This record gives sequence, structure tokens and C-alpha cells, in this order.
Amino acid sequence: MGKIGIIGVGQSAFVRGYPGSIRELAFEGFKEAVKDAQISANDIDASIVCSAPEYDKQRSPSGIFAEYLGLIPQPTFYLESLCSSSSMGLRMAYSLVKAGLHDVVAVIGFQKMSEISSAESQERMGRGADIQWESPFGTMMPAYYAMYARAHMEKYGTTPEDLALVRVKAATYGQINEKAVYRKPVTLEMFTDPESPMAGPVSSPLRVGDCCANADGSSCVIVANEEKAKAMSDKPVWILGLGAASNSVNLAGRDLFTGLRVAELAAQQAYKMAGIGPKDVDVAEVHDCFTIAEIMAYENLGFAAPGEGKELIKSKETYKEGSIPVNIDGGLLSKGHPIGATGGSQIRTVVLQLRGEAGEMQVKDPEIGLVHNIGGVGIYGNVTILGR
Amino acid sequence: MAKKKREIDDRFKRFGIVSFTATTKVNDFVSYLEQGKVMGTRCKKCDIMFFPPRADCYQCLGGDMEWFEVSGTGKLVTYSKLQYAPVGFEQDLPYCIALLDYGDYKVFGRIDKEIGDDEIKVGMDMKTEVRQLPEDRLIYVFTKA
Ligand SMILES: [Zn+2]
Repeated sequence: MGKIGIIGVGQSAFVRGYPGSIRELAFEGFKEAVKDAQISANDIDASIVCSAPEYDKQRSPSGIFAEYLGLIPQPTFYLESLCSSSSMGLRMAYSLVKAGLHDVVAVIGFQKMSEISSAESQERMGRGADIQWESPFGTMMPAYYAMYARAHMEKYGTTPEDLALVRVKAATYGQINEKAVYRKPVTLEMFTDPESPMAGPVSSPLRVGDCCANADGSSCVIVANEEKAKAMSDKPVWILGLGAASNSVNLAGRDLFTGLRVAELAAQQAYKMAGIGPKDVDVAEVHDCFTIAEIMAYENLGFAAPGEGKELIKSKETYKEGSIPVNIDGGLLSKGHPIGATGGSQIRTVVLQLRGEAGEMQVKDPEIGLVHNIGGVGIYGNVTILGR
Repeated sequence: MAKKKREIDDRFKRFGIVSFTATTKVNDFVSYLEQGKVMGTRCKKCDIMFFPPRADCYQCLGGDMEWFEVSGTGKLVTYSKLQYAPVGFEQDLPYCIALLDYGDYKVFGRIDKEIGDDEIKVGMDMKTEVRQLPEDRLIYVFTKA
């Protein structure tokens, strides 16, 4: 009686400038998940709303959503861990169901990044780090991942071309994902063509092409206990392993700059809980907010030894036909990164893969899938392992 | 009788190009910067060195701290040169943020603009120095050892 299953998944298209309000945006992912589960809002016992609040104008969106999605009077609350909010939401849903408090819980992730003006967004970006000790120097999210990229290049000889290969792969699959915001092809040559926007410097050594785009979007994952999952769904996907960790916000408090400790720790926990190892994973979604993040993810998840992540992308082992397909939906680099919705979107992709419903993106017959979702620059890390 | 205005020790709002924090128990950090010193704190009981400085020790839960000066040289762990900046920093572009490892602690900050791109190498020895900024503001930068 112990298993916890995912019975429904959904997401909106990820777009620039969603032409509706946040409740309408949330409805899109929710509707798809409820239809997918073939249930109704009444069957859901509680909801968890996940986003990064700095982009919200609405105070406490959970109440608004519960009303609009037909989820009252069931309990609802808000959960935040930056970009990993909805994976953390899944972890919370698991524990609520496992504890027997609820039978069916919906995890609703959303972000309408265009809710605030670009000037407001620029202002918030400056507060994305430790505001007491780092922000006074003028820091931004890309600069931190850039510092990891620099350290990785120095220690392991990873090159700007290796990073570009990650983007080329992402674009390969972004073109076939109708929910992705960026659907154009990207070539290696673009990164060395000064005329191409991809080559523009952002924060050395990262270029425009190394960074994912902001987007508006929503996602929804519906979780149920074993009894309900089996009764409600003929294709439940089971949560086999969960891992989560945190690390110092200020880089001065860290000890590793060529990888993310939170990812290593979360992966160890998730593998242990699932009773599997990296070699057992058939398909993965990793948090490629920047190209370097995907290469570090290969290593932190144990798909490659430290320093050898670049070999996986060079040999195309992480392509659809490779030994460990990664981000066959285009990843954050192609889909866009609506912060609170991202984890739910990754989970959705892996659930569809495990059910064999990923269409053109389908990997051959996967049994075990993994989701790696990172909040901030390795402040929060979640790894989730799913199986048929 | 007029109400006496409560004195607020907001020295910390002078730290950095733009400060987002006005009050902290380690406000003396800014007064030390004024004297040309970059200081961290050490828990006297646990002998742990903290940079950035903190008022409270998470190990013994005590607050018996003494200040120590960030002196000598640290090794450049990593850095990045920004071409985009948040609000309030646009005039400064481009600039490099970086991390120095002093062994017992690390220091996050900026590389002195006087240093050319081709002179910056991961692993190089650097010093941390105070700089006065316009409008009575204070910051520290990393310079060549
Ligand atoms: Zn102590």
C-alpha cells in the first residue's frame, strides 16, 4: 500500500508575454492534467501552488487559483524554492499522500514572468543573490553559472564549443516540441559568427546561446496513493525515489565550483530510495538553465565521471538514440524557463516518456526516468526518479 | 513635547555600489572599511572564521565574536566578466565578479578594473583592498598580490 503514483500531467505552452491573467495561465496546465487523469477537480483533496513570488503581483496566488480551478474548499498553500519549486511541490505532495492526510494532491507550478515590467525585472534580478553580501557588487544569475563554467573549463578543459553542443542538441528537440518557446534550429557555427545573436557575450564565458529564455507558463502534476492511482488510472507512473538538498547562497560558503553539491546529494538520496544507480536510468530531464548546467548535471548525476560530461555531448550519447537520452523535449534552453512551472514540465515530459506517449520525442521503451531540477545557482536541488 | 526620534544605526547602507540592506548587527564592518580594513568575525568559543562576518555562531549558538582582518593573499577560484547589469550598476559595465580562497575562508567580490583581462588567471594570488566610492560609499576589490 506504500506506492505513490502520478496519475495526471499537464502544461501550458511556454510563451513570451502570455495574453491572459495568472489564474488563466494556471488553468491551462491544470486542465490538461485533470483531463489526462480523467478525473474532476472534486477528486483532488489538496493543492500546492509553486512559483517564485518576486514575479507575482497577486499576493498569495493559491487562494485565487483554488477559486478559479474549482478546488475550494480543499486546503491549498504556496511553496517556493526558486526554479525547483514544483519539484519541491511534488516532494511535498508525496509526503502528504504518504502520510495518509490526503489521497490525491495537485502540484500546480506557474510563472508569468511578463507580469512585471522589464525595468522591474531588472531590479529584481539584482536581488537574486545574497542581498547583504553579494548583490552590492552587481551580481546576476548568469554570472554565477558563468563562474562555474570558468572553473569547469580551467579544471577539466571543457570548451566553449562543448557548451555550444548542448544548445545545438536542445534546439534539435525544441523544434519538435510544440510547447517550447524557442523552436528554431541552432548550429555550432552561430556561436562563432559575430553576426549571430547566439554569439553575443552575456557574462564570460557564457554567450546568449548558452542561456535559456524567460517565459510564461504553467504546469500541473496530480499525485495519488496506490489504491486511488490504480483505480483512477490505467497507466500510473510511480515515484520511486526523491532527493533534495540545499547549499550556501553566498559562493563564499561553498567548496565545489565545478559541479553542484545539491545535485550530487539529491541524486544519491534518490538513487538510494529507488534502489537503482545511474546506469539504470533510461531517460532524463536535467535543469539546463545554462549550457554548463547540463554538463555539470551529467557528472553530478553519475552519467559521467567528474570532468567527462563533455564527452557525453560530443559523442551524442545524450541524444534520443544515445545510451542516456537527456532533455528530449528541448530542455529549458528551448522550452523557456517559467521558474515555478519548470519542474512540473520536466516531470510531465518524463511521465509521457515512460507511458510511451512522447510522440516524435519518444525514447525507445524507457522503464526508469529521472528529473534533475535546481533552484537558484545550486541553492536548492531536487532529483526525482520515476518508473512504470 | 516632541517625540524623540529613535536613532537607527544604518551604516550598512553605505556598503557596495548599491546596498539592499541598511541595518545589521555587523554594522562595524562598514566602520572598518572606513579605516581601510576588510574584516570578518571569528567565534571565540569555536574558533571558526566567518567571512562574510556574522554576529551569531551556528555551532555554539553564541555571539562572542572577535573581528579579524582579511589580510595576505587569496587564490582566485573563479570569475566572470558581466556585459549586462542589474539596475544601478549599468554605468559600471563591464566588470568582473570573482571569488578568492584564503584557506580558512573565502571572499566574494569584484576584481579591480585596473587589471587587464589577459592578466586574470584562475589560481593567481590576489589581495582584497578597500575602495572609496562617490557619495560616501565603500566597497572592496581584488588587486594583484
Ligand atoms: Zn561558536
